[in-house]
Amino acid sequence: MSWAPSERQQERDAYRRSRAHRSTLVAAVSTVALVAVAVLALTSSPGWPRVKASFFDWDVATASFPAILDGLWLNIRVMAVSAVFILVLALLLALARTLHGPVFFPVRALATGYVDVFRGLPLILVLLLVGFGLPGLRLQGIPTSAVVLGGIALVLTYSAYVAEVFRAGIESVHPSQMAAARSLGLTRAQAMRHVVLPQAVRRVVPPLLNDLVALSKDSGLISILGAIDAVRAAQIETARYANFTPYVVAGVLFVALTIPLTRFTDRFARRSGWLGAQSALAGGGAMR
Amino acid sequence: MTPGRVRDPMPGSLPSSPLLSVRGVRKAFGEHVVLDDLSLDVHAHQVVVLIGASGSGKSTLLRCIDLLEDVDDGVIELEGQDITDPRLDADTVRARIGMVFQAYNLFPHLRVLDNLTLAPRLVHGTGRDQARAEAMAVLDRVGLADRATAFPDELSGGQQQRVAIARALVGRPAVMLLDEVTSALDPELVGEVLQLLAELKQTGLTMVVATHEMGFAREVADEVCFLHEGRVHERGTPAQVLGDPRQERTREFLRRITG
Repeated sequence: MSWAPSERQQERDAYRRSRAHRSTLVAAVSTVALVAVAVLALTSSPGWPRVKASFFDWDVATASFPAILDGLWLNIRVMAVSAVFILVLALLLALARTLHGPVFFPVRALATGYVDVFRGLPLILVLLLVGFGLPGLRLQGIPTSAVVLGGIALVLTYSAYVAEVFRAGIESVHPSQMAAARSLGLTRAQAMRHVVLPQAVRRVVPPLLNDLVALSKDSGLISILGAIDAVRAAQIETARYANFTPYVVAGVLFVALTIPLTRFTDRFARRSGWLGAQSALAGGGAMR
Repeated sequence: MTPGRVRDPMPGSLPSSPLLSVRGVRKAFGEHVVLDDLSLDVHAHQVVVLIGASGSGKSTLLRCIDLLEDVDDGVIELEGQDITDPRLDADTVRARIGMVFQAYNLFPHLRVLDNLTLAPRLVHGTGRDQARAEAMAVLDRVGLADRATAFPDELSGGQQQRVAIARALVGRPAVMLLDEVTSALDPELVGEVLQLLAELKQTGLTMVVATHEMGFAREVADEVCFLHEGRVHERGTPAQVLGDPRQERTREFLRRITG
């Protein structure tokens, strides 16, 4: 390659560089200014000393940290186990709704009804109904642990949401793919399993990871059944020290848990070229 | 609607009997009648080219033959068997027919080789190694053996369409249906696909080809059918239909596409 940029191109590049430097400077100054104003407004408010003492007490934070971290470990385990059941149940629900033929009418109707009900019910109601209703039946083999019951409630609600994500993915695969598969002699089920579903699942990975982030937060709701997760632990620590700092600690921990998840989602989507129309722009879309 | 009459099975079908016989087929989408009492015979080793304006029913006819659409009336027979009989297993019929689409419809999540081996393995129960060997042989025939491990979107349009043709060929279909297979291609890529079809004709493959490529029709077709308003309006040798059309509609159509 013996190409050397022409004088005109060098002049353009120099201009772009100077613009880039200027942009960085502007961004830095405006960020510092905004943060300064926010901090000043907060600390100069009349109640700030009291808020600082009861929400941002470093000693309380360090003292309550181990207990809250212990609780968070329960959240992570509940989330991981629930996620597996949610994905399986949701996929079955989505597939049930694509079944053809009169034989499957009850299955289709049941799946549709299930999604309607559990998408409509507030999660906290499902938690209460499952948490206090199921053990009340006094049936053999019904779990009584708040963690397991809470997990069941999460699976019931989230599988309805995730089933709709899967269904959207299945419907987003163009009918011509089904036609091509059927034209080769594949049955409807074979075409679904080998042609439609693999494409559908790839497309819905970003929204699925998004639901996983939401699940990681909602796993904190099982505390209302008495399970000692991060939220419950923070509540106990708050009572012990008569100070709200443990709530802030729990909040920071949840955010620290979900940020890697969301970043992973974004990077996964970008790497797979799943940013939709944006990725269709030539050269990544650096438009003036 | 009259139900299709049950016909006596023809013992050891006569050499002159058509491989594919379409008789009195009607297909409507809502109020819109696309095929209206259409009849067409295709004999073994014949290449029949369908021409006609957009909306004249070419694609719908091919989709009805491949049982991707149910006919509203009439009979379609393949090798003497009424394939429009709803009691028949449509999947086994489709496996005997090779269909190639305008937009290729390759499976984007599968490599070229896996696009070809999917149906043999699932439908014909061919073992993995044998399916691969057969697929490689067909890929070699369409000149793409070196792209076996590529994904469809890494290929040019012409290459993708040749893979789609290979995918339809690998099941050894009794007849190939090609639906405007060059319409989505850049002009310089049309030639390689038409060249491949001409070569396939030399091997004795029976084909029904819907196309706007009049040059191809003139050189390769045994018979040209001009479709108009859901019927075969005129049929004959390419020289006759394209060179000396008898019907005013055909003349008008040819005038319009040649400009």
